[in-house]
Amino acid sequence: MKKLTMELQIKVNGEDQVFSISPNDRLSDALRRQGYLGVKTGCYTGDCGTCTVLLDGEPIVSCLMLAAQAQGASIATVEGMARGGRLHPLQEAFLDEGAVQCGFCIPGMLLSAQALLNRNPEPSEDEVREAFAGNLCRCTGYERPVRAVLKAAVRMRGAK
Amino acid sequence: MSQSNRPQFRVVGHDVWRVDGRQLVTGAPAFTDDYPQRGMLIGKILGSPHAHARIKHIDTAKAEALEGVHAVLTYQDVPKARGPIGRRADLFNRTPYTRAGQDYPEPSPWDYFLLDDKVRFVGDRVAAVAADTEEIALEALERIKVAYEVLPAVFTPQEALASGAPVIHDEPDVVHVKDPKRNLCAGIDVHLRDVAAGFAQADLVVEHTYHVHRVQHAQMELHTAISYFDEHDRLVVICSTQVPFHVRRQLSMALGLPIGRIRVIKPRIGGGFGGKQEMVIEDICAALTVATHRPVRMELTRHEDLFAARCRHPMRITMKTGVKREGTLTANEMIALVDAGAYGSHSPTVPTNTGNKNLPRYRCPNVHYKFDAAYTNLSIAGAMRGYGTPQGAYAIECHMDEVAEALGMDPVEFRLKTTVREGDIDELSPHIYEVKTQAIQTGWPITTCGLPECLKQGAQAIGWNEKRQAYGRSNALKPVILKGVGMACLSQGSGVAAIDTANATVKLNEDGSVNLLIGAADIGTGGDTVIAQIVAETLGIAVSDVVLYTTDTDIVPFDSGAYASSTTYVSGNAALKAAEEVKDSILQIAASLMGEPQGQLRLLDRQVVAASGKKLPLREAAMHSIYVLKEQIEHTASFVSPVSPPPFAAQFADIEVDSETGQIRVVEFVTAVDAGTIVNPELAAGQVDGAVSMGLGYALIEEMVFDEKGRPMNKGLIDYKLFKAKGMPKLKTIFVETYEPTGPYGVKAIAEIPVNGPAPAVANAVKHALGVRIFDLPLTPERVLRALGKM
Repeated sequence: MKKLTMELQIKVNGEDQVFSISPNDRLSDALRRQGYLGVKTGCYTGDCGTCTVLLDGEPIVSCLMLAAQAQGASIATVEGMARGGRLHPLQEAFLDEGAVQCGFCIPGMLLSAQALLNRNPEPSEDEVREAFAGNLCRCTGYERPVRAVLKAAVRMRGAK
Repeated sequence: MSQSNRPQFRVVGHDVWRVDGRQLVTGAPAFTDDYPQRGMLIGKILGSPHAHARIKHIDTAKAEALEGVHAVLTYQDVPKARGPIGRRADLFNRTPYTRAGQDYPEPSPWDYFLLDDKVRFVGDRVAAVAADTEEIALEALERIKVAYEVLPAVFTPQEALASGAPVIHDEPDVVHVKDPKRNLCAGIDVHLRDVAAGFAQADLVVEHTYHVHRVQHAQMELHTAISYFDEHDRLVVICSTQVPFHVRRQLSMALGLPIGRIRVIKPRIGGGFGGKQEMVIEDICAALTVATHRPVRMELTRHEDLFAARCRHPMRITMKTGVKREGTLTANEMIALVDAGAYGSHSPTVPTNTGNKNLPRYRCPNVHYKFDAAYTNLSIAGAMRGYGTPQGAYAIECHMDEVAEALGMDPVEFRLKTTVREGDIDELSPHIYEVKTQAIQTGWPITTCGLPECLKQGAQAIGWNEKRQAYGRSNALKPVILKGVGMACLSQGSGVAAIDTANATVKLNEDGSVNLLIGAADIGTGGDTVIAQIVAETLGIAVSDVVLYTTDTDIVPFDSGAYASSTTYVSGNAALKAAEEVKDSILQIAASLMGEPQGQLRLLDRQVVAASGKKLPLREAAMHSIYVLKEQIEHTASFVSPVSPPPFAAQFADIEVDSETGQIRVVEFVTAVDAGTIVNPELAAGQVDGAVSMGLGYALIEEMVFDEKGRPMNKGLIDYKLFKAKGMPKLKTIFVETYEPTGPYGVKAIAEIPVNGPAPAVANAVKHALGVRIFDLPLTPERVLRALGKM
């Protein structure tokens, strides 16, 4: 087993937490070890985007960040999207539109989409595609995920 | 038959959420790596730095001395004969096997060994280590000292087959390799009647050679396995596989453990595309568990996943076609030279499909198909979505455009004239098919064929006639941006006839819900969902009433696995059969409870409904069976198909080519596909979207590149390029539904066929734009500029 010699104070999905980490842990490793399994890892080089999380609201690839660098940060993972057993409108729209196939890239895409809608509630199709620039998907050709984000945006505006 | 003519269903043909959807969008545990075991070690592989070498000496002492290292395995642990050579001679013995996930006995050669004293490509297994942490495992790999005798290597089939070439599989114990001394892994040469006579009758003979390159699956989830011994000392392997039952059998062979002592669990799979129709790491991961008696996790790096897993077979394909002036074919010949890579995984069968899934699409009395698959010292080619069909589709569809042009005919018009129709007999397949069922011996009847309709509707959707003319006129003015529109037509199969086997168990619970235990391996395609829809349709219940348990070899019945577009057709048929037997049992009970003749009863909305209007809740029949009759209603059904009905498709690309940079941009892409009944339209359309993006990658940007010593040049996903959201064209999918009588509720298959057409459709559009044919894939800016005479 890895020797966990450091303490990391971190807020995950709104909850203050203390992780025991090793100095060379990637943030993705630390989150997964702590049970945030929605953080996927498909390359460890920052190219695939399956490990995307939001750091203070902005999408980052958590495999390229040392966990120790996240001291005091606020992280959002896909586990924080559904509230009280109710799916987030983005999650619902992804299922309605058939945007999920193998599902491995989906947590990262959902978080990229959430960050987009937080800053731009009425994105164009092109802006959605731009927001997915860091997310590779081999199953969907992005067609249905893009449609799902546009649909969720409409629903979320309607709900306000 | 159009959608309006086919029978209307309650659940089949409608969109429902994926049965695993909630799990996948919430980040719940789903994939292999989400199931770590207590005290788990990390397994790592030492890959060969040489393309071809013999290991003269290997010293593992320094690695083993490292604290935290629990096992170092080399070929010395896999001795050729029982004896004192190896340190762990009691654990492993050298046995040839294949890692290709196919029914037993696999047609693929048994040319692989758990560990060997010879390496045959860069990245081939030299040693494996299990250690407490990844860092320790990696350091241990560095401490292994290997003395290699570097051997001459060959990197093309031409070099490999030349006389005097180094022999890649010179070991005496390989099984059914066609001619190992010549590096000939596999090959067939089949004739339908007489092509020479056919060419003699032709008004015109057109001949060209096309070349397709090496690409990789690049599924998002890396190859991952976790192995351990359970409390009963049975080996459990959780792994990212398309073929759990084949993995179990092949593990038994590789490790010498009885099948009954092995359990393989397939959780959700993060994409497979054929790359996981293969025991890529399960054998070596489990070997480390055998050696340490500890849980071991092994995950390839992305670089290893690109180069040491599997890839699509590169081929050089020569097409020669004889044709009459009015457009009928008199002879059609396809000759393929295939690069199998270092091991023969799927190499007898993938190139078989290259001819078999393409040539029968064209009506022609005289056909010749031949391939030779040669070993080379490069990455192992294997199964990949389309399974040989995309290579042949590229050649034949580019070629048919050339033939049409030579005749002065429009490409769509030419296809409408020359392609097969409902009621035709595929006469070629009987000559090249692996297993000869009666149906195969007499030729395969094309029972449903929506191809003409696909051609017409696809052409209309892309604006074929208008764009063909308008672009032709505008290109003549030599603008910077040239435009083109191109097309291709395709066929595939629905499972492997007479081989792919599925079993399903359906068990009725007291509340009218059912457990469905099925070996089918959903690898992200939505297979579990469409099978649940088929069961729900049959039993008059909702999809949410179907509780699926899939693919744990201890629990579910045998299934060949997820490949050859088989899940909906083959496994769906097994589920349909089991559900029908359950239905029959329910109706028998209900008939006596309701006092109605059984023939007058049907299942609808969780009720048994009589023709008289009388109703009985399904739950009451179920309660009666369990608590009064004391009988569980449970049926298991098996299914194997004597035929493999082909789906058909036509695909159209509208493109722009920048004549100054050579850059090709696909503006719009249309797929019209006949896959029989579409069970879940959103999920089926998603299969098309993904296949098109993979096919466009093949056409334009994906390529595995090696240096002159056979070392991989691409570092990872940074320079092995996949399409991103922004680069994708506008996609349109049209379902031309037919009703296939042998499929469950009329289905054929959808998963593979749409990957076949993007490369030839784009290449044909490039020809339209440039007026010059590019024969080799990928269609890079450099090749465009060369074609334009600018380089």
